[in-house]
Amino acid sequence: MTCLPDKTDRQLGLVIDLDTCVGCHACVVSCKGWNTEHYGAPLSDQDPYGADPSGTFLNRVHSYELRPEDAPAQLVHFPKSCLHCVDAPCVTVCPTGASYKRTEDGIVLVNESDCIGCGLCAWACPYGARELDLAAGVMKKCTLCVDRIYNDNLPPQDRTPACVRTCPAGARHFGDLSDPASEVSQLVAERGGFELMPEQGTAPANRYLPPRPKDRWQDDASVLAPFLEPVAQEPKGFLGWLDRTLEKL
Amino acid sequence: MYPAPSIIAFTTLSGLGFGLLFWLGVDGTPPTGWVALVFFALGLGLAGAGLLASAAHLGRPERALKAFTQWRSSWLSREAWAAAAAMTLMGVYGAALVLWQVDLRLLGWLGALACGGAVFTTAMIYTQLRTVPRWHHWSTPALFLLLALTGGALLSGRVSVAIPLLMLSGLVQGLVWWDGDRRFARSGTTMATATGLTGGDIRAFEPPHTGDNYLLREMVYVVGRKHAAKLRVIAITLMSALPTALLLLPFGHVWAALAVLSHIAGVATARWLFFAQAEHVVGLYYGKR
Ligand code: SF4
Ligand code: SF4
Repeated sequence: MTCLPDKTDRQLGLVIDLDTCVGCHACVVSCKGWNTEHYGAPLSDQDPYGADPSGTFLNRVHSYELRPEDAPAQLVHFPKSCLHCVDAPCVTVCPTGASYKRTEDGIVLVNESDCIGCGLCAWACPYGARELDLAAGVMKKCTLCVDRIYNDNLPPQDRTPACVRTCPAGARHFGDLSDPASEVSQLVAERGGFELMPEQGTAPANRYLPPRPKDRWQDDASVLAPFLEPVAQEPKGFLGWLDRTLEKL
Repeated sequence: MYPAPSIIAFTTLSGLGFGLLFWLGVDGTPPTGWVALVFFALGLGLAGAGLLASAAHLGRPERALKAFTQWRSSWLSREAWAAAAAMTLMGVYGAALVLWQVDLRLLGWLGALACGGAVFTTAMIYTQLRTVPRWHHWSTPALFLLLALTGGALLSGRVSVAIPLLMLSGLVQGLVWWDGDRRFARSGTTMATATGLTGGDIRAFEPPHTGDNYLLREMVYVVGRKHAAKLRVIAITLMSALPTALLLLPFGHVWAALAVLSHIAGVATARWLFFAQAEHVVGLYYGKR
């Protein structure tokens, strides 16, 4: 049913630290690796080794340059996947009931055997989180690795989304954002986590942590500066003699 | 947005077909026999062809019937119901006129209402999308309905109604373009709200992928926008000005037929622009519109 639930028992989601992400795209690769062989149809590629490759991905990393007026430019890597919105517009537009939001944990999923591939949900998502798979003709999106997080066959440390498990910088955090005591909620509170495009009214679950302010260059920037003066201005002794002699030649 | 030929054909043809059926439904003295057969076949044929074209753009057309299930929440599902209801009601109403010369008045009115509903729900599929500020406005269903009425009046040979409707729909289309160009800025969505980055000017530095992808092809379609101004002139001329002029000439079937063809070509051009000029907010993540 594509009506949204009035409330969900939990709201799982990601918290992504824009200060820490180094832009290595490891989460993109691990996401594709896991999801192409588990939940639903594989994530197909078109012309992968040819001149015009393209393919289906559930997670992508953009990079932006932030240019303050009075400070050096700053590069910000920006991973983006489904934000598992509380008021998910992608769910209500779906004509078939394929798109739905789970009551138990707030995850937004596509039931691929009901999806007709009309693409309307991808139009309704402001974040570009849904991609129609060209080979399967059905809509693909982040599942928060629903087949890992509850999977008793995996060791406990692997029961987290593939992107979170993989990130070498620890820039991705997973948890229940509806519980103010959870680690992710506390991280959001501490670091001023924010929503993307709040004016779109989607109430996304995922939050982003802003880049920390960079320190600025000041006049005597280092306490070591006095010790960094060049030691010998004029060569003395044998080198001095050599220098003077060579100068005369 | 990508101006898919199947969707342009769908909205143009089904709008025209339902417009014609609407006028047949409200007609106090509807045609009967062979004349009725031609009119109803044309109306139902156009509407049906449009719906078939829309099914062609589905990833899994064989499951299209599932689209009837979510009418409680989804405009696309409501559109499926409204179109099916309109075609059924008008089919029965038309069959009675063709076969038995019987005017089932109540059915005609109900059918006309359903035809209006079908065009309205089609427009609402686009209007509901807050992600496309150009569409997210009450003028979208207003223009869709007006164009369907105009095309229907033209096709059913109601010259005296068609002339003012042609002029009115041309005027409204012009206003919609003028206002539509300002809606993205009004929506308040910018690269700053999209990324949440503040304290400076933001530039997309590296895209996440070197090739293109579904999002860019479908929602960040920018090809041909540079011709938009010329196409607008062509669209409004074909859709409104030329048919009006042709209808004002002393009546002749050739002029009337030309007026119809010109109007259809104009509406199709305007529909192309409706999609090609629609900017989706996801473009901001790529530093584009
Ligand atoms: S991010 Fe997009 S796909 Fe995910 S729930 Fe929100 S609107 Fe739907
Ligand atoms: S593409 Fe599939 S999931 Fe998306 S709106 Fe259409 S039927 Fe629903």
